[in-house]
Formats: sequence, C-alpha cells, structure tokens
Amino acid sequence: MFESTVPLPHYLMLSATLFVIGIVGVLIRRNVIVVFMSIEIMLNAVNISLVAFDHYMNLSSGQIFSFMVMCVAAAEVSVGLAIIIALHRNKPTVNLDEFNLLKW
Amino acid sequence: MEPILAPESIDLIALAPVIVLSVFAMMVLVVDLFGARDKGLLAFISLIGLLMTTISAFAKNPIPAYSFNDSYTVDHLSLFFICIFTISSALAILLSVEYNKREGIRAGEYYALILFCTVGMILLASSSDMIMIFLGVEIVSICLYVLAGIQRDNHRSNEAALKYFLLGAFATGFLLYGMALVYGSTGNTNLFKIADFMQNPSAQSNPLLLMGLVLLIIGFGFKVASVPFHMWAPDVYQGAPTPVTAFMAVGPKAAAFAAFFRVFAETFAAMAPSWEILLSIIAVLSMFFGNLGAIMQTNIKRMLAFSSISHAGYILIAVIAKNSLGSASLLFYMLTYAFTIFGIFGVIIILGRKGEENLEIKCYSGLAYKHPILAISMAIFLLSLGGLPPFAGFIAKFYIFSAAIQEGFIALVIIAVLNSAISFYYYLKVIVYIYMEEPTAEFKVSMSPLTLFVVLVGVAATINIGIFPGSIIALASH
Repeated sequence: MFESTVPLPHYLMLSATLFVIGIVGVLIRRNVIVVFMSIEIMLNAVNISLVAFDHYMNLSSGQIFSFMVMCVAAAEVSVGLAIIIALHRNKPTVNLDEFNLLKW
Repeated sequence: MEPILAPESIDLIALAPVIVLSVFAMMVLVVDLFGARDKGLLAFISLIGLLMTTISAFAKNPIPAYSFNDSYTVDHLSLFFICIFTISSALAILLSVEYNKREGIRAGEYYALILFCTVGMILLASSSDMIMIFLGVEIVSICLYVLAGIQRDNHRSNEAALKYFLLGAFATGFLLYGMALVYGSTGNTNLFKIADFMQNPSAQSNPLLLMGLVLLIIGFGFKVASVPFHMWAPDVYQGAPTPVTAFMAVGPKAAAFAAFFRVFAETFAAMAPSWEILLSIIAVLSMFFGNLGAIMQTNIKRMLAFSSISHAGYILIAVIAKNSLGSASLLFYMLTYAFTIFGIFGVIIILGRKGEENLEIKCYSGLAYKHPILAISMAIFLLSLGGLPPFAGFIAKFYIFSAAIQEGFIALVIIAVLNSAISFYYYLKVIVYIYMEEPTAEFKVSMSPLTLFVVLVGVAATINIGIFPGSIIALASH
C-alpha cells in the first residue's frame, strides 16, 4: 500500500467544505434540480470523510458504509426524480417558490 | 489492512420478522402484477403478512440475541417495537382499503410500500450498528416519500411528497455526517463497541465526537419532527393521503425514537451531560411551538401535525430520562399513541367524501346531533391525546413524567405539565364545535365497516389501556 502524504485534516476540511457548499445550495437555490444536486454533494462529502478515516485508521467498515451510502443515494435519486416528474406533469415549473398550495 | 472476514454469527432466526415481511411485501407486488383486480386481496395478504411477522418475531429464544456480528439485536425493546409497528401498519392498511377505493388510488404497490416501510422500521428498532440504522432510516424514508405522493394527479399530494423528499434527504445528510464523525472519533460503527469506547473519559471530550453528536441530534430531530426541525411536518401531514398521514404519524416516528433511544440513552449514556441539555432545549421548544402552533390551525390535519410535534417533545423526555423506566414509558406511550391517532384519522376519513374531505375544524360543527357515536369517539381520542385521567394518554404521560422525575428533571416535567394544560385549549376547541355548535350543513359520511372497525378498536384500546394499564406496563418494563 502506498504511503499517503496528504494528512487527514486536509481530507476532513475538504469534506466539511463540500458539505457546507451542499447546505448553502439547498438553502439558497430555488431550482428543484439544483437543490437536489446540492443534497447529493452533501452525501458525497460524507463519503470522503468516511474513506479518509478508514485510510488513516486502517479500518474497513467506513468503506462498506460509503458503498451503502452510494446505493441508498442511487435509490433516493430515482425516487426523487420520479416525484419531480410527477410534479412537473401537474405544474410545469421547477421553481420551489411556486409550490405554495401548502404553507411552508 | 487486515482482510475482511466472513461474518461469523449470521443468525437468520433472529432476522425472521424482517425476512418474513419482505417476502410478503414482494408477494403483494407479484399478486398485483398477475391481475388482482380486487385490491382488497392485497390488503388481506398484507394483513396476514403482518400477523406472521409478529409471530416470527418471537421465534428467537432466549433473548437478548445478536446477529450479524452484533449489528442486529433482538431484545425486549425491539420485540415490543415490532408489535407496535405491525399493529400500526395493520390499522393503516385497514383504513386505506375504503379510502383508496373512494379517492381512486389504484396502485397495488401502495400495500407493498407500507410493508417495506414496516421492514425498515423493524430494522431501525433492532439495529445496533450505525450502518444498519442508516439503512433503516432510508428504507423507511424512501417508502414514505412515495406514499406521501401516491395520489399522482393531486397537486397537494405531489407538493407534500416533494417537500418531504427534499427536507428528508437534507436531514439524511446531517444524520450521515454525524455518523461519519462518530465513526472517525471512535473507530467503530457498532453501538456496543462505541459504548465500551465511551467508558474512557479522555475519549469523551473529542471535539469531532461532540460535533458528530450534534449532527446526529439534528438528523434524528428531523425524522421525529421536533422543533426547530419540524417545518416539513404540517405541510406533509396536510398534503399526504389521510391513511398515510396516520401511518407516518405513528410507525416511522416510533422507529426513529427507538433508534434515538438506542444511540443516545444506551450508547452515549456515559457522556449524557453533554447532550442532555441540548435535547432538553429541543423537547421544551417542541412542546411550546407544537402546542401554540396547533391553537392557530383551522385545518384538522395541520392541527394534528402540530399536536404530534408537541408529542415528540413529551416523548423526548423519555429519551432524556434514559433509565429503564424511560424505555418502558417510551414503549407504552407509542402504543397508546398509535391507537389514539389511528382512531382520530379513522373518524376524519369517515367524515369525508371523494373530492371534499371536510378537513376544516368548523366542518365538525354539530356532529354530536347527527352522529353521536363518531362524536363521542372523537371526543375520547382528543381527551386522551390531551391526557385526561380515565384514558390511556394520561397513564402514558404520567409514566414518562415519573421516569423523568426519578432522574431529577423536575423543571422539564413542570414545563411538560404546563404544556399539557395548553394543549387542552385546542383539543377542547374541536370538542366544543362537535357538541355545542349547531350543524351548518348535512354531513356526508362514508361509513364503511373497516374504517369503523379501526375507530372502535381505537376507542376500546384507549379506554381499556387507560383503566387497566397493568398488563401493558408489565410487558413494556421487562
């Protein structure tokens, strides 16, 4: 196994930065698809820290965990897109502010 | 890196309820595929499946037993929770049969989704590993996103599904990041090993771990709809089909609380001082916001959503108490809550017609003059939710409060009792409409035997558990 020269805190910073980018994206963007992408960024940010922890502690469950996260994210994407399509048929828009039948 | 070993302790008997229920859920899908015109057959298969699941849950003996390298636990907590889940799913299916016929929900996968969601809940309540908890949370959530939006041509249902999906997936991100940080600071995903690791005092002050705990609280807080992570609940409760609302108010919430209890009260008990205060704040906020929000609602489903937020606050007190009485009171509360909530939603469904669901509270004016049985059932359920003595809700609240007092959380209990008093305002408001107002219009009830059956079961259980709580308490407090 090759010796990594990038220390753990760098990975954690990268992961935290991506996670915050995801949160900000969810909170300020109004396009459903972009909000959805931001959520995926959050999930993948977590994957980075899981794998980084594994590498530095010589463990393996974090990698298994990250596979599980990917599987679940794929399932979630399919359901999410299906919901967006069903919505789009009734109301052809992707702007979150126009979904206002129920008070937020 | 050491090679990954094959799991030594795969015990499929312990996993029996999950396997049985999954098989039945797939059977529902297959039967639906090969021309089951009558969706009642699917409901019947689902009910049989839930019965079999309950029986197979007791196949493992002696308990506690562990499977899959200690990542799946069979103990009294999980067995009791499995019973709560199967009862609540069965009641949800009984409510759905007539409702779906009326509202034109043809999809046979509706029943399969409820069963798969129940599988997720069982996993969530029985898992003692963070990976399993994550999977359980996601199985439950993904099924619920679809169920909330199952009325594809209804704008409100679509919108509820979208909001639930976006906020639910957002919360999953927090939960997951919390798990990653806890994993990073302890080196384990298994809750028992993490609990061992926590015995070392120097491990407890790791900033990564503390941040992980905060993120876990945010993630679970979203799933149980506690303030300040409750924004989705009123919208989703209002927009989702009524039986689905009832279903998600009970089962998934109970499952999330089971995982909440396992992670915080059991695993991180050693570092309770650091999370107790945060959870107490969330509990107090949930009670106040839930009850004050409910006062202002005119739609009964929205009102019940706010009331369920305040109930999440009460139940959090059981998690904070974290003693054996706390776990018993959590179980007892969820069971009584299930019967009461399904009863209320049963009445709501009966009072609706296709297209006009009559969900405004003023639609209930004068119900007592036309349909005295529905009126008295509704009154019993509302008083039980408020916590009036002869009914089950009182014993459940009393039990949670005594668990908290035993651990010395007097201030929390006083706030909770005050909040119970506030909650009577809006519960009684509905009763006043039912009993003291003149009927404004003719009631167009759609009385159906199955829905009425659920209401009567709810009434019987609410009164019976309220007057004779002994046997259930004995079961809950093993």
